[in-house]
Order: sequence, then structure tokens, then C-alpha cells
Amino acid sequence: MDANAGYKVKLDSFEGPLDLLLHLIKENEVDICDIPISTITSQYLQYIEMMKLLNLDLAGDFLLMAATLIHIKSKMLLPQPDDEDDEEEEIDPREDLVRRLLEYRKYKEASKELVEREVTGRDVFLLGFAEEVEKSSVDSDLDLSLFDLLQALSDLLKTSPPITSHNVNLETVSVKEKIVIILDRLESQEHITFKSLFDRDTSKDHIIATFLAILELAKRKTIRTFQGESFGTINVTKAYPARTIH
Amino acid sequence: MDRIRLKAAMEAIIFASVQPLTVDKILSLCCTMKDCEIDKESIRSLLEELEDDFSKCNRGVYLTEVAGGYQLRTKSDFAPLIHKLNEKKPPKFGRALMETLAIVAYRQPVTRSEIEDIRGVDSGGTLRALLEKRLVRILGKKEVPGRPIIYGTTKHFLESFSLRNISQLPALKEFVELEDQDEEVFK
Repeated sequence: MDANAGYKVKLDSFEGPLDLLLHLIKENEVDICDIPISTITSQYLQYIEMMKLLNLDLAGDFLLMAATLIHIKSKMLLPQPDDEDDEEEEIDPREDLVRRLLEYRKYKEASKELVEREVTGRDVFLLGFAEEVEKSSVDSDLDLSLFDLLQALSDLLKTSPPITSHNVNLETVSVKEKIVIILDRLESQEHITFKSLFDRDTSKDHIIATFLAILELAKRKTIRTFQGESFGTINVTKAYPARTIH
Repeated sequence: MDRIRLKAAMEAIIFASVQPLTVDKILSLCCTMKDCEIDKESIRSLLEELEDDFSKCNRGVYLTEVAGGYQLRTKSDFAPLIHKLNEKKPPKFGRALMETLAIVAYRQPVTRSEIEDIRGVDSGGTLRALLEKRLVRILGKKEVPGRPIIYGTTKHFLESFSLRNISQLPALKEFVELEDQDEEVFK
């Protein structure tokens, strides 16, 4: 029985397939103009599977891109039919995708630069805080990207010890309980590592529930997740000011 | 009227206005003062002087030209203090919001589907949020079948991101990767 069946973390459309692809391209350190389509496609599909596993709201765009990638991959594997017209250049099946990625990245970079400027309400102020750029309900930003956290989860699942206890009783794992556990720990310890939050999790269901709890708390901005100084260590802290859970 | 008095008057109205004041507006207001005969050129040079006065004297505020007008602002060094005064968290900007905003800023006038083509995801929510924050506005409708709404940025956007005008936006970088190196081609 999966107590998390009905639990969906709704992450608004703030990270889409192009974002994921750019992330994979960066992770693999490959040339965006010469994407190893096989590798990227299989990694992309792995992420989709993981998101399904976590019951994350999967936008149709992600699935459409999966189909696109598979289509491109198949085109690249199949030999091109002989063309009567020899002048016709062979079109790289990746071309359109690469164009879209480069275009998207252009604006992604521009948005990063924009946010670095002096912003009213954050860096500079006007008389009596008159013109503040207010927070929006659509802001569901995690300090770390969702994919960074998914990567960490995937690493965790790989290295977690095999489950040896065979519990006959159906243990239902509640995300709400995990939320309480995490907040309790943050009361006594300012900084915790992401990994240590899973210390007491003995089964996959527990790990997933804890992960969903972290996502929920990060989304509510009750906690903050960020990369520590040492490469790869993710840390979790309380967000300021502390908020209570209903 | 002597320059010092005039400069003080300008400082006062810019302070009281909060919104950026255009040179024209400053001129028309100053001309209502007794014994004040001044032209646009002089107003501009006085504004420059005022700007200098502030920056020379280690003050906590400075005068800047933004969104087509002049405005007094606190120096960014003191932002943390002011956040404490405000008892509010500094605003953070979600990536989705910023990406959408950047596309509107650089591509305006632009339709929602053009934005979604670039981002690869539904952008209705982020556009709504940007409209609410008055960073983006509706310019009208495109004269094509379906009559989609076209969007552009607002003066408030310029003010919020400290831009004098839209052409002050940094040039878009077109990255072309050559093996391990990134070669920037500025367009």
C-alpha cells in the first residue's frame, strides 16, 4: 500500500524539457552542437522515470520531448535513403533541437544577468519601500534546481544498503510525518546535510517520503537547500524567518 | 534664483516624488517658482551636479537616472540593514519568472506562444505573475488569425532593474562552443 499515492508535489512549469536537456548536456560535458543523442536520450528517459516514481506532475512537454529524442535517435541510426537529388544536403536530425537549445540558453543567460542587476526592493530602496517587487505565488524556486536534488536522490538510492528486514506488516509511510521529523531536527541543528536526513530510512518508501518532504518544505520556503563548499555536499537549513506547519 | 536654492528644490521634489521624475517634469515644476527662469540644459547640468554632490559625500543615498527620469535611491551596501528594518525577507526571483521576463524584454512585442516556443513549457502562469507585478503589460493584439495578445515590459520593469531605457539591456550573448572553450559572439 502506497501512502504516497495521492501525494503529488506540484512544481509549476518552471523547469521544462529544454532545461533538463541543458542540464544533462552540462553534466556530461558534451558539445551542445554535437550531442551524443543515444546517451542523452537514455539519461533523459531515466529522469522521466524518476519523476514518475516520485509522482511529480509531469507536464506533457516532457513526454513530447522524450518522443522527439527517440525519433531523432532512430533517424540517426537508420541509413539515409538514397536521394536522386545529390545536391540535397543531409540534414542533421539534431539540428532543430540544437537550434531550440541554443535559443533557450540565450535567454536563460540573459535572465541570469538581469537578476544580477541592482533591483529595487532587494538591493536599493525608495522612500518608504514604496515600490517593492513583491514575491509571487508562482515563485517555486528551490535554491538548488530540482534536477540537482533528483541527482542526489538517485545517488542515494544507489548507495543505500540493501533492505534486510522483511517487515510483514504493511508500513505506511507518511510524508507529513517526515516533514515533522525534518523540522524537529532543524530545531536542534542549524545545518544538516541532505544525506543525513535519510539516515533512519530503511526502505525505498521511506527514502522517497523523506525526499518528498524536503521538496515540499523547500517549495514552501520553510527550508533552504544549497550546495556546501565541498563539492557535492548538499546542505539544508531553516529558512528565515521560521514558519510553522499547519 | 541662485543655483544652490534651485538644486535644493530639485532634490526636494525628487525625494518626494519617489517615482522617477523626467527632466521635463522637473523643469515645469521649477518654472512655477518665483524668480526662476531656467531651461532644459541648465536643469540637466544641475542634475549632474546634484548627482556628483551625493556621490562625493559618502552618503547613504544617491541620485540616478532610471526609466527615463531621476530618482533617489539607497546605496546597495546598506540593503541588509534595510531588510532588517523592513522585517521582510529579500525577494527572490524564480527562474521561470526571470526567463519569461527576459524573453519579453528582449523580444517585445511578443506573444505567449512565441515565449512558450522558446522556453519549451507552458508560460501562462509566469506571464500572469509578471502582469500582477506590473513588470509586463499587454500591448495589444497581433493582427493574425486568433488575435493573440502581445506583451511588452513596463516602466516599472525599467525602474526595478535599474535600467535607463530598454536599449540599456545588455546585448544577448550567442555562445558557440568550440570543443572545450566557449567563444562568445556578441550580436
